[in-house]
Amino acid sequence: MKLPRFVIPTFIALAVLGGWEWFVRAGHVNDVLVPAPSHILQWFWWALFDQASFESGQYLAAIQKGELLPATWVTMRRLIIGFAIGAAIGIPLGALCARVRWVRDTFGVLALGLQTLPSVCWVPLALLWFGIREEAVLFVVVMGTLWAVVIAVQESVLNVQPLYLRAAQTMGSKGWHLWSRVIFPAALPGVLSGMKQGWAFAWRSLMAAEIFVVIVTGFGLGSLLNAGRELLRMDQVMGVMAVVMLVGLLADLVFFAPLERWLRRSRGLER
Amino acid sequence: MSLPIPKSNAQAALTLRNVTKRFNGSAGRVTALEDITLDVREGEFLVVVGPSGCGKSTLLSLLAGLEHTDEGAIKLGDEPVHSPGRDRLVMFQQDALFPWLNALENVLFGLRLKPGLSDAERLESARYYLNLVGLGNKEKARPHELSGGMRQRVALARSLAPNPRVLLMDEPFSALDALTREQLYGDIQEIFTKRKKTIVLVTHNIREAVCLGDRVVLFSPNPGRVQQVFDVNLPRPRRMNDPALANLAAEVTTALSSHLTADKQ
Repeated sequence: MKLPRFVIPTFIALAVLGGWEWFVRAGHVNDVLVPAPSHILQWFWWALFDQASFESGQYLAAIQKGELLPATWVTMRRLIIGFAIGAAIGIPLGALCARVRWVRDTFGVLALGLQTLPSVCWVPLALLWFGIREEAVLFVVVMGTLWAVVIAVQESVLNVQPLYLRAAQTMGSKGWHLWSRVIFPAALPGVLSGMKQGWAFAWRSLMAAEIFVVIVTGFGLGSLLNAGRELLRMDQVMGVMAVVMLVGLLADLVFFAPLERWLRRSRGLER
Repeated sequence: MSLPIPKSNAQAALTLRNVTKRFNGSAGRVTALEDITLDVREGEFLVVVGPSGCGKSTLLSLLAGLEHTDEGAIKLGDEPVHSPGRDRLVMFQQDALFPWLNALENVLFGLRLKPGLSDAERLESARYYLNLVGLGNKEKARPHELSGGMRQRVALARSLAPNPRVLLMDEPFSALDALTREQLYGDIQEIFTKRKKTIVLVTHNIREAVCLGDRVVLFSPNPGRVQQVFDVNLPRPRRMNDPALANLAAEVTTALSSHLTADKQ
């Protein structure tokens, strides 16, 4: 008899969690620093379903019950808005870099440099420029997204098969038509993987910003994690870490992965 | 659906006068084509044949307006050729079909860029040409779902649909297997006889050249020059295994190899 594929991983995961639970309960480690899985689960229940008085903007309120969903929402909203702005600016800039040589040699090189800069480095500047406000967080997220998208779009436009361009040109396609009907569709797979990378960078930078800065305009997951640290609530810290992980996985699962699969399938890159 | 069939006459569709083209290669300036003077008559199937490196693909790029001559002039009718145009469509070496469009959309691509047609007329025309190449039932298929031969048929339909004055073919059969190729030779000849299109085909396959061409222009390499012109007066449709065709192909091969050995001495 052949076991379904999920059986063995599930068994191993349960064994690890059980071992962890036993290890903490037996008193081998300080359960304040390393909470047992059951404590983390309890925190989840409390944070999710005990809809107590959560009011954004009140630091103490956020440590109370039922704050997980609103905090996740605040974070997701920042991420999506910041990512959308970054992509909306990055795609035309990347195309411009590919199209105009001197832009590529100046701005393109700068973008390449800034892409390697961890976006936490923007936090101090953002705070000075925008103050402790929503704009500061968004700025950091945009900086995280933008450069990866610019570079990816530039590269994938430059790598469009010359044969497609020649064929389109002989049929009379040029200018905007050539860009919208040939270059962009041809570059789409590369652009998409650049967006995916931009998304990952945006996610990291947003967490960094939220942990470093208490943003009074909304209490996000990062702030929740940091609050857990300040209150020595490691169940909260680990619980939030799990949520952060889950959101990242979900974004890939429900958005990027299907899009990529559709793209590859419709062009016969995979069966 | 009836489409206007251009009148066949002896007037030249394309004229090349003393055309020279050079490239910057790794070994300095390379002359790809030297002093080419050639007429392509209206309604003629002209085949340019030669070994690789004889500049025949460059010639086609020049005719398409994708590249520019260094010396000499190319004219389509009375108009000088200096940029790509709908009047000279190209069918490329490998399939240059767009993978993000299905067969019908690919054929429509060029038609949509042609002014003065209604959308219904464009659709009708695209379907007509897909039927002409025997793929009327593959409208919705993406390029990767088609065989290599079918893809080249779609490419043929795509370049025929906007009804160009001249059809340029850049080794369109080189990536296909022998059986598929032979089938396509038949199709091309049928379409050519029916539609009386002016065609310039470039190939390194001498048999193919003799099978398809009204005239075969033999190019020699380093630099690319017109070596000899052969008239092919065999009746159509021609078959690859026709002995008369084989004889003529042998004649062209002899002319080419004698030139190549003379070149080495």
